[in-house]
Amino acid sequence: MKRLLAVFNARNREFFRDRSTLTWNLLFPFLLLAGFYLVFGQSQPIFKVGVLSDQDAYLSRPVFMSLNHIQFIPYDDSSVAIDRLRRHQIDLLMDIDETRYWVNDESSQGALVEELLIAKDPDFQRTVVTGQAIRYIDWVLPGIIGMNIMFSSLFGVGYAIVRYRKNGVLKRLHATPLTALEFIGAHLLSRILMVVFIVLVMLIGARYLFATLMLGSYPLLLLTLLLGSLSMVSLGLLVAARLRSEEFASGLLNMTTWPMMGLSEVWFPLEGAPHIVHQISQFLPLTHLVQAMREIMVDGAGLMAVSDHLLILALMSAVFLVIGALTFSWASDGR
Amino acid sequence: MSHAIAVDNLTKTFGALTAVDHLTFNVPEGICFGLLGPNGAGKTTTIEMLEGILPPTTGQIRLFGEPASKDLYKRVGIQFQSTALPDYLKVGETLKMFAALYERSADLSELMSMCALTEFAQQDARRLSGGQRQRLLLALALINDPDLIFLDEPTTGLDPQARRNFWELIGEIKRRGKTVVLTTHYMDEAQILCDDIAIMDQGRIIERGAPQALLSQHFQGALVYLPEANLAGRELDRAHFKKEGGVELITDQVDDTLQWLMAEGISLDGLRVQHANLEDLFLKLTGHTLRS
Repeated sequence: MKRLLAVFNARNREFFRDRSTLTWNLLFPFLLLAGFYLVFGQSQPIFKVGVLSDQDAYLSRPVFMSLNHIQFIPYDDSSVAIDRLRRHQIDLLMDIDETRYWVNDESSQGALVEELLIAKDPDFQRTVVTGQAIRYIDWVLPGIIGMNIMFSSLFGVGYAIVRYRKNGVLKRLHATPLTALEFIGAHLLSRILMVVFIVLVMLIGARYLFATLMLGSYPLLLLTLLLGSLSMVSLGLLVAARLRSEEFASGLLNMTTWPMMGLSEVWFPLEGAPHIVHQISQFLPLTHLVQAMREIMVDGAGLMAVSDHLLILALMSAVFLVIGALTFSWASDGR
Repeated sequence: MSHAIAVDNLTKTFGALTAVDHLTFNVPEGICFGLLGPNGAGKTTTIEMLEGILPPTTGQIRLFGEPASKDLYKRVGIQFQSTALPDYLKVGETLKMFAALYERSADLSELMSMCALTEFAQQDARRLSGGQRQRLLLALALINDPDLIFLDEPTTGLDPQARRNFWELIGEIKRRGKTVVLTTHYMDEAQILCDDIAIMDQGRIIERGAPQALLSQHFQGALVYLPEANLAGRELDRAHFKKEGGVELITDQVDDTLQWLMAEGISLDGLRVQHANLEDLFLKLTGHTLRS
């Protein structure tokens, strides 16, 4: 028991004296809670209704829109909103200014919410659209692939570089004519190659096993995968550029990956989440990677349609790479 | 004589700490030069500056007669005190990878044979024993067929047999006309391998010369060792220093010393008479218990 206590005490001291890990351990659960509060803070609605309106819809149609358990999601573009309705991502779409609504007659949720609308506001004109619900597997596959790319790239590059720095591999390599750029380039390229290979296996496997959707072009998807991987490995490099502690690196990498897991539409769409959540998600590379992949695979989008995402990914990669390469240190004592 | 290394006024400070304090020395080509000193003396900092790993705070380093430059470091081989190798690589693959980093490369099969690694070529580098691993690290230091080789405590942690094997290897490197710079804690190693040594303490070189010449200079005659207990707290008024729980008296008249000890009523139990070695010199120069 004495020996157990001695080791117990030593380990406790170690835990409290390792400030970076301690701070991380205390901070991380709060960050996670805060993140989920932001996204899921309000009680979840039963129905989702899209609203097209130039007016303040809540003022002009107070009766239907005052119902509880319906989430109203504003749309500026009717074609985007109708697309969502076709895919069962919203249950009904209404245009307040034109007193018109659209409903998907293949959606049971849509039929129910339509009953509610007619009961409250009978003067709305009905328009029917059709379209099968996207299977969740088709919707979530790009998210899972994106997540895989994120974890594999960030930890594969970030954690490996910190470990190599700590155990002296970097110092040994620094003593050869190898330059920092060559080292970084080799690591990033190797990881991108591995990641893209694994993702292609996943894509083909999923298509073969679950007949998942792939409506867009494969070369465009490959370009998206390459840019997405590049942005992620660059971010990994940025995190690991100077760190010496594997524990701290692991914490920081978790802090980088978890917000992306929650806010980049990996598992669920962010529609209806507060505006600030949308804004934050736009700064995360995973958001653009997943959205671009989803648009290509599920909507059959072309290069022009996803060019915004690709441009942002390229820009993020460039920024992460430049800062990461400039701040990169070979030595384990930060020299 | 041309110099592999010429160092002028080399200083390295870390904040308020001066790790290396205005060192000036040369290392002639083709010799084995030993840098000795207690822990924290500044050996590794010095050697890392010479290797180009650590930038000096002030001072100049010349290699092969020219200011140290990236090109000149291609003629240098390095074995660090402690290092890890990329994971999951076999011995042969590790050597090939490092060879590819240099323009000039030694013949790998000859190198493996010299370092007794041929039979481990297909083995995972992480599964090597201590001695095999050190031989691999030495082979990596020799991979670019360097003219100047830095070995930072290469035999620390090895068993006596592995150390002796390693010494033979370094002997072979010397025979090939290479310049070797060695730091070590083992004085017997320095005495056997080094043609020239510098003893460092607190960032400065406090003694420099060939091992035998230094010993002759500092110790005439022999050393008489007595266990501390024999003195029963008495202070000696003859030249001596403390070592391994006893004292060593420096004398060129062994008979006289023994008679004096008996006359003083000091027991001769456990007494040893021996010639001074580098360890004695090291203790005499750097030991905090040094008295005279």
